[in-house]
Amino acid sequence: MGSILVVTEILGGNISDTSRELLSKARELSQTLGAEVVAVGFGSESAQALARIDADRAIAVTGQAVEQYLPLAYERSLLQVMEQESPQLTMIANTTMGLDLGAGVAATRGISLAAYCNGLAVEGDEIIAQSQVFAGKLLAEAVLPSEGAVVTILPGSFPASEVEGHPTVTTVDAVSAPGMSLIQVLEPEKGDVDITRADILVSVGRGIQDPENLTLADELADAIGGVVSCSRPVVDAGWLPKARQVGKSGQTVKPKLYLALGISGAPEHLQGMKDADLIIAANTDESASIMDVAHYGTTVDILDLMPALTERLRGE
Amino acid sequence: MRILVLSKSVPDLVEELALDEDSGELLHDDMTYVPSEWDDHALEEALLLKDEVGAEVTVLAVDTGDVDNMLFTALAKGADHAVKLTGDFDLATSNRKRAQAIANYLRDNPFDLVLSGVQAIDDIDGQIPAMVAGLLEWPHASVVTEVSIQGDQIHFRQEYGGGLQAELAAQTPLVLGIQAARKPPRYASVAKVRQMMKSSTVDEVDASADAVPELEIRRFFKPVAAGHAEMIEGEPDEVADRIITILKERKLVRG
Repeated sequence: MGSILVVTEILGGNISDTSRELLSKARELSQTLGAEVVAVGFGSESAQALARIDADRAIAVTGQAVEQYLPLAYERSLLQVMEQESPQLTMIANTTMGLDLGAGVAATRGISLAAYCNGLAVEGDEIIAQSQVFAGKLLAEAVLPSEGAVVTILPGSFPASEVEGHPTVTTVDAVSAPGMSLIQVLEPEKGDVDITRADILVSVGRGIQDPENLTLADELADAIGGVVSCSRPVVDAGWLPKARQVGKSGQTVKPKLYLALGISGAPEHLQGMKDADLIIAANTDESASIMDVAHYGTTVDILDLMPALTERLRGE
Repeated sequence: MRILVLSKSVPDLVEELALDEDSGELLHDDMTYVPSEWDDHALEEALLLKDEVGAEVTVLAVDTGDVDNMLFTALAKGADHAVKLTGDFDLATSNRKRAQAIANYLRDNPFDLVLSGVQAIDDIDGQIPAMVAGLLEWPHASVVTEVSIQGDQIHFRQEYGGGLQAELAAQTPLVLGIQAARKPPRYASVAKVRQMMKSSTVDEVDASADAVPELEIRRFFKPVAAGHAEMIEGEPDEVADRIITILKERKLVRG
């Protein structure tokens, strides 16, 4: 019987929500394929966490080398597990860990990878992976080879498994990898404001064009009683601090109002704000991805719109 | 310290992607290609290391037919050498095949540190830096910022979700997928790039890649959006009036 290997992430003794999403999809695929679901986790807390998940078997990789996250030791250890299991399919979340491990283990093992996957289905005896590419503008369907492929899966693609199971857990020793070591974990920077607590966010993206234009966003935020946040390019350009960043590698926010100004809506950004109560987006491109999650949209220039809004708010 | 920077070009998303909707094939020749922005950050980080400690920076691209301008631009920004891997490559060449060609080149030409953009918008079959590292079985990390050279070790930061980061140390040779450089990528004027085209050369290296496992892509297609914003038409003043009305209705502003 073939197997589906699910690479889990364990935080504070618990399986991450994203890992549970992978487990629910693995269970669905396993029933069609007649395969068993095998979960792998890392660190001394993993055996206990894995003992409660919906998998047929689980493998806890333990040892000093994987006690804290280190890309090299995790990759070497995962390769050892894949060598023993020869899974038909290996599922890894497209997190930093997934970006570290997915393409690397696929290349080392000489097997195919489908990246940015947000759908998996069985057709006959083939697994079809759907991937999101070109910043969400296109989807692609790939036929995965039966001799073992790796898929890296976008968080939020599948419902999280709520099923409690009783898999047999075996423990294996981690592969030590002295070539890479942890110096320190850096806690999130505390900014001057906490954007996750704001009811109204005036969020700016690449469309702000110039750091001087941030004044317009500051004035609007001040007039509306909100806080300025931003998308990744604004932080990368050094125009706003990291603590203001909304999205996958920044903060996840759920304000009452999210004004998306000059933000195109890369998947990583949408992941961090799509659950806001009301989203109003201004972007010169009506087909930008942000318009798919926004309730209201406009294509007027944000450099005209921001002062027009500020003027009206101040005049009240 | 010898640093290799991997660069590739990708379709410009400012323009409409060229797709044959009947066959589901991408029409590569009908699209404008631009350097992948993450690779620009990788080059910038390499040039910052060169400025600080005097590293030798080589920029490399697989010859997909449109890479000379990108390589001369890198030279104009301060890279020391430019290499073009020639062979059976075109714009449709998979990342896996590119990674194999780059790994073959690295076996023959030793470098201490390989920097590349952590990802590109079209890497459906995997990210190049991780695959190069996997093929060579070199250490690798992705989503990296703030690289520094500390003696014979490389120190760097790795970003996780929610703003959490870690500082890691690694031995060379090492491959890093760069998320963002410490500074915005520098700019090279058109005049300077033209000057480089006259005064410098791009080394061409034959890099016919072995057969690689290719991902069988059945089709590309446009996503059907679950919803779309209700568009507010008009001049900025009219749009602003309508937005204020919506906010008042929802009691998000006073009035």
